[in-house]
Amino acid sequence: MLKTFRADLHIHTCLSPCGDLEMTPSAIVKEAKRRGLDIIGICDHNSAENIMATQRAGQKEGITVIAGIEVTSAEEVHILALFNDSAKAIQLQTIVYEHLLPGVNNEATFGEQVVVNEDDEVLEFNQRLLIGATSLSLQKVVASIHSLSGLAMAAHIDRQAFGIIGQLGFVPADSGLDGMEVSPRISCQEARVKFPQANNFGLVTFSDAHYLQDIGKAFTQFLIKEPVLEEIYKALKNKDGRQIIL
Amino acid sequence: MVMKLREIVKELNLEVKTGDDRLNTEITGGYASDLLSDVMANAQKGNIWITLQIHQNIVAVATLKEIAGIILVNGRCPEEDTLQKAIQEKIPILVSKLSTFELVGSLYQLGINNA
Repeated sequence: MLKTFRADLHIHTCLSPCGDLEMTPSAIVKEAKRRGLDIIGICDHNSAENIMATQRAGQKEGITVIAGIEVTSAEEVHILALFNDSAKAIQLQTIVYEHLLPGVNNEATFGEQVVVNEDDEVLEFNQRLLIGATSLSLQKVVASIHSLSGLAMAAHIDRQAFGIIGQLGFVPADSGLDGMEVSPRISCQEARVKFPQANNFGLVTFSDAHYLQDIGKAFTQFLIKEPVLEEIYKALKNKDGRQIIL
Repeated sequence: MVMKLREIVKELNLEVKTGDDRLNTEITGGYASDLLSDVMANAQKGNIWITLQIHQNIVAVATLKEIAGIILVNGRCPEEDTLQKAIQEKIPILVSKLSTFELVGSLYQLGINNA
């Protein structure tokens, strides 16, 4: 029995330097529930440290929280990495940290990077330069995600800055990407016209929320059996009747 | 040779978008790149930075690296939130009609050669 699930799989927490400090686990899941979302994804920049707290907060509210990271490739392309297990996201984080631009975050310039628990209590401030890029090429990022059974999507392809088309000019034929995301600035239909290469991929739209009020500003409906990554993967590939409903 | 931003603006006919009160800053050299992480890794304090990126992150990077000023090439216009951020952070944003190649050549001819 397939059902429709409303998903916003690209949400930042207060761990992202550019994420609002109000983007705490419990606040995020409450707002997501209020907006009628069934599944959310936590994708902070180059870090997975607030995922488990948000998943625990999600359990309390009965909302599925998928583990993710928004990885910055060497070309400064943003790639969404989504996993069915937070442990896999942590493994990707290890690879990302090994290849992240060295340096200490400048909180005054980029913003604070707050690691919190499910009750929104501050555990620590991440000192890494999460705003920076990794030295991993796009291909290496995608390969690393796939080696951990994750799903790799190009983020906000309509944005010139940090979108795959803006940074690289076009999508490489061997990108290996499982899907593409457009930002709330443009509809999927418009994106298919403007970026014909997107027609080769499952195309979704998420909010890329950095502020509470932006959660669910864009979401994608998946016709799937249950709210798990394997089902979302099938919907992206249009397999077994699973699909993206626009 | 030590040059001030004001002289560069005058010689290269740059349009001053923000920071017209900071044109007495002395330039230590230049860096040209459109990859922000590359600028974060390699630009030096007091450099003039030549880029085509117009989003607000350029101001954050310029602030971090204590860049003397940003020159946008090809007549590109900074986004509105970039301008607001630049005013707030006191980062001069200048616009040239030239391409990066021509602009860097002109800067070299003026004597800005990282020597």
